[in-house]
Amino acid sequence: MSDVILQLKNITKSFDGKMILNDFNLDIGRNEFVTLLGPSGCGKSTILRIIGGFVRPDKGRVLFEGEDITMLPPEKRNVNTVFQKYSLFPHMSVADNIAFGLKLKKKSSQYIKDKIDYALKLVNLDGYEDREPLSLSGGQQQRVAIARAIVNEPEVLLLDEPLGALDLKLRHEMQRELIKIKKEVGITFLYVTHDQEEALMMSDRIIVMNKGIIQQAGDSKSIYDEPQNAFVADFIGESNIIDGIMVRDCLVNIQGVDFTCVDTGFGENNPVDVVIRPEDLEIVKAGEGYLTGQVISIIFKGAYYEIKVKVDDYEWMIQSVDPAPIGEFVGLTIDPDNIQIMHKPVRDDEEVARDE
Amino acid sequence: MNETEARSTNRRSLLSGPYLVWIIGFTVLPLIVIFRFALSDGAGHATLSNITAIFSPIHRKAMWFSLKIAIGCTVFCILLSYPMVMAMKHLGLSKKGFSLFIIILPMWMNFILRILALQMILSNNGILNLFLTKLGFEPLRIANTETAVMIGAVYDYLPYMMLPIYTAIMEINEDVIEAAKDLGAGSFTVFRKIILPLSLPGLLSGTVMVFVPSMTSFVISNLLGGGKLQLIGNVIEQEFMTGNRYVGSGLSVALMIFVLISMAFTMRHNTEGKESVVW
Repeated sequence: MSDVILQLKNITKSFDGKMILNDFNLDIGRNEFVTLLGPSGCGKSTILRIIGGFVRPDKGRVLFEGEDITMLPPEKRNVNTVFQKYSLFPHMSVADNIAFGLKLKKKSSQYIKDKIDYALKLVNLDGYEDREPLSLSGGQQQRVAIARAIVNEPEVLLLDEPLGALDLKLRHEMQRELIKIKKEVGITFLYVTHDQEEALMMSDRIIVMNKGIIQQAGDSKSIYDEPQNAFVADFIGESNIIDGIMVRDCLVNIQGVDFTCVDTGFGENNPVDVVIRPEDLEIVKAGEGYLTGQVISIIFKGAYYEIKVKVDDYEWMIQSVDPAPIGEFVGLTIDPDNIQIMHKPVRDDEEVARDE
Repeated sequence: MNETEARSTNRRSLLSGPYLVWIIGFTVLPLIVIFRFALSDGAGHATLSNITAIFSPIHRKAMWFSLKIAIGCTVFCILLSYPMVMAMKHLGLSKKGFSLFIIILPMWMNFILRILALQMILSNNGILNLFLTKLGFEPLRIANTETAVMIGAVYDYLPYMMLPIYTAIMEINEDVIEAAKDLGAGSFTVFRKIILPLSLPGLLSGTVMVFVPSMTSFVISNLLGGGKLQLIGNVIEQEFMTGNRYVGSGLSVALMIFVLISMAFTMRHNTEGKESVVW
């Protein structure tokens, strides 16, 4: 990353003796769309609040274009936040809400008017200038909040689960719009969400977090296809995570059956975690696949069926476009490319999702 | 509306019966009586002279003094309430509850009792001057002055200002304040542009609850003004005590009209239909 705009260095923060962030480091590049993804309580919102200036870290520094801003109050920082609960000023019209930051910066009224027009067009709300915020729907309020933040032309826009309060359809619509807005205004987005689908769809780079620690960082495809530990695999999408033994390079033993795979470097006869995505498993006639088991449930999910097949004492989850009758014995097969091998976790905090 | 709903609405409205009896007996009927006296010259002829008596020099003076006390008291209460409430805003829950308790505590004691206590404290050889002389200061002469009346009024009505402002400010979402800071507002701007306008309903309730009773009070000036300082309430009281209930009623009506007009001015800002804290 050549042009780093924001750096978090060794950030540590605890609340009431509970460690939220532990020696957290992150560099964010100019014009990047970075998403912090993790379950609630993983520290992702705290990072945003530290960057926004609402929370002081116990230790560590925040650098903005190389300058230490750790102690700067929120009103002096060149970042703006879009809050989850919209937080519009209820006593001001939509236009006054958007103009709030610009008026404080003593911009000319013509400049402010042009900016309001531009921002409302950008968020598809032209003509809403004089409306009261509380008369708008949730989605509209969040659009106003986005407009209110971006008219200030911040270098970094912080978005704290901005779509969390919206219904599914509206959320999808807003996701596409946010990408459009990001392209149009060309500023850095730091986005916080617990919705893995949202993160996969929007981000240039995803930081998967748990318990204040980065579990994995990378682009959407690498996070999804090559999860580095069981937490990431389980948190991102549906997964079958099962114990295996790496017999040797490119051969893993699962449930007593040897599978050909493509992973190397795990030693010989070492216990590993194996991740197989439900859509990668294929149901074939009994006896024809690697494994044979009995169909114990089938749920129609619209685009596919979610089928559970019990092999010994493990229930495999399979996504298939073809149904399979309950009680029938079937075979399961898989392409070697789609078997993902991971080291067993060394630290217990890497594997919280499986315990819970 | 179907029949069952209609019937249940009727039955529910019966519940307001006891209050209606009360308000007719103690508000509506007395008002009618007062208006009848006010518009009568005592000999059975209708007249407005009882009401216009308010413009006589001595009454004008009392009215002016009342207005001074009422406005002063309201302003002092506002100036004391906002900083206090802002200080309470960031306290933890238990400390917040305790400070609220301290504010409400005086309201549990009888009003006249409190003024009598204040009279003892402020009198020329009272507790305050005892302390001052012990500390080597000159004793203050505030007993029976306007200052004493003002102190008494502020002391008495402060909770009525503070509570609605407190409620209004506590209802402001912390997110909204953070959003303002995020957009570049310093503490003072946050107060001026966010907290003050959003607490306006509380401020208005408080103003009504302080301005009106301090305008019409007479016990405070009786006890702390030494009977020399005449609020309009004292004048009305005396008219009734000396048997001139016609002029007393007339002045009451005039005062009522004045209060209603000033409240109309105050309320003009509150046209949004947003419910304020108290009424």
